[in-house]
Amino acid sequence: MNELPQQLANGLILGAMYGLIAIGYTMVYGIVQLINFAHGEIFMVGGFGALSVYLALPSGTSLTLALPVMLLGGIAVSVLVGVAAERFAYRPLRGAPRLAPLITAIGLSIALQQAIWKWYPDGKQARVFPQFKGRALDILGATVQRGDLFVLIAAPLCMLALGFFVSKTRSGRAMQATAQDPDTARLMGINTDRIIVLAFAIGAAFAGVAAVAYGLRTGEVQFRMGFIMGLKAFTAAVLGGIGNIYGAMLGGLVLGVAEALATAYVENIPGMQQFGGGAWKDVWAFVLLILVLLLRPQGLLGERVADRA
Amino acid sequence: MTALLEVEDLRVAYGKIEAVKGISFTVEAGQAVTLIGTNGAGKTTTLRTLSGLLKPLAGKITFDGEPLGGVPAHKIVERGLAHSPEGRRLFPRLTIAENLQLGAFLRKDTAGIDADIHRVYDLFPILGERRKQASGTLSGGEQQMLAMGRALMSRPKLLMLDEPSMGLSPIMMQKIMETIRELRSQGTTILLVEQNAQAALSLADQGHVMEIGRIVLSGSGYRLLHDESVRKAYLGED
Ligand SMILES: Nc1ncnc2c1ncn2[C@@H]1O[C@H](COP(=O)(O)OP(=O)(O)O)[C@@H](O)[C@H]1O
Ligand SMILES: [Mg+2]
Repeated sequence: MNELPQQLANGLILGAMYGLIAIGYTMVYGIVQLINFAHGEIFMVGGFGALSVYLALPSGTSLTLALPVMLLGGIAVSVLVGVAAERFAYRPLRGAPRLAPLITAIGLSIALQQAIWKWYPDGKQARVFPQFKGRALDILGATVQRGDLFVLIAAPLCMLALGFFVSKTRSGRAMQATAQDPDTARLMGINTDRIIVLAFAIGAAFAGVAAVAYGLRTGEVQFRMGFIMGLKAFTAAVLGGIGNIYGAMLGGLVLGVAEALATAYVENIPGMQQFGGGAWKDVWAFVLLILVLLLRPQGLLGERVADRA
Repeated sequence: MTALLEVEDLRVAYGKIEAVKGISFTVEAGQAVTLIGTNGAGKTTTLRTLSGLLKPLAGKITFDGEPLGGVPAHKIVERGLAHSPEGRRLFPRLTIAENLQLGAFLRKDTAGIDADIHRVYDLFPILGERRKQASGTLSGGEQQMLAMGRALMSRPKLLMLDEPSMGLSPIMMQKIMETIRELRSQGTTILLVEQNAQAALSLADQGHVMEIGRIVLSGSGYRLLHDESVRKAYLGED
């Protein structure tokens, strides 16, 4: 059996999740030059939001029927937490030294993790996330689980919608203007505070979608899941060129595929046997990041810093 | 009759450093008023305070009969005050047409906006030819034309221009100054900040000379242009 299509499929599924989360890092950074390190937890609470909706539905509801409502629930919780973080944690620190929002973000991450751990029923353990029944599908020589179809459909749709919003709508234009020169955007009559909230909300909504995808793929959600996913997604955002929405998705896909390929093939390289397998995949992800930062510091699709502002 | 813009004892500071130390002046509707002075005099600070980007320490700003104190920047353009900032500050990755559209961000009259965009293209034909080009790729002079056009797109009662001639070739500078003169003759009220005192004073009704945060001399453009101390300090004569 040829393994390559399978590894590519695994990489793209994982990478699409990274990409969806990476949008949140990149949009917020593009507008306020802030790295929202609590974004991984905004993703995590979305998973619990979706699960809660599922548990509230009458038992026996088919997952196909439940999924749209779960998605809305996950998005709603992520957006609520994301917007509240902006309003109450980051906005008061605008203009403060850069370390202040960073420390706040770490504090917020811990608080959100602990809140789920302490207050979500059985939140100390992984909670089972509903799964699609039925056999896996065969797509172009790769076996794809039914639940993974979700992200393969949702990610392109989300990107299309975002691309349309940013380039074709009045608010999207205002968002681009704010990212390029916030003071001058205000001179045009743009309420930049509103644009910042919008950036947080869109990023959080995408994280909510990713959280549902994560639950469907892994079969569980747990309070710690935002840490490594957030770190990978941040890596994806930098890889793609932070501030660039298409870069974020591209970075996610590249990272996902690179991880999958490294996991499968590194052990075949003579002398590298001990670095193969899943245990090393995170290392390869960060090696890729370091290489890109050395060779192309602005990221794959990034603009040089001099082009901003 | 009250003036369109009245500034009374305005003081602005960056932290502890006071950059504007109590200035007063007025701009009557239909007038062109200029603030001149060397680098660091506080001219840009004054304009940025008028458009709400900086909060004053003290003083009173009245525009069109209403106080501007405490009004956020994005609400000030709505009242009819447009600001073409120092260094042009275009949105570099947006096209010429998109920059002009943003100048009309708060307007809802699509037909009027389109008509005004064409008016800008008539004023500066080169912008019309390149409407789909990213503004960051334009030459300095073209960027200045676009910055002025963008400010005009809000149909302002008062147009504030901060150093429109900065960094331009003599020919381009002349073209920009001619355009300002033309706008003025069409009845646009203008508050012009310039280091090029000769050019600014020769088209202004009123001029104010700023030095380290204060207005040290005021008068008609003509009078200042022929004032001996101004000629010595700002027009490079001795
Ligand atoms: N962002 C800032 N932070 C601190 N000081 C500033 C800032 N901008 C300007 N200044 C100071 O305020 C004074 C006035 O500057 P400015 O208004 O730019 O003068 P002008 O436009 O007349 O050249 C200068 O001494 C300048 O150094
Ligand atoms: Mg200046």
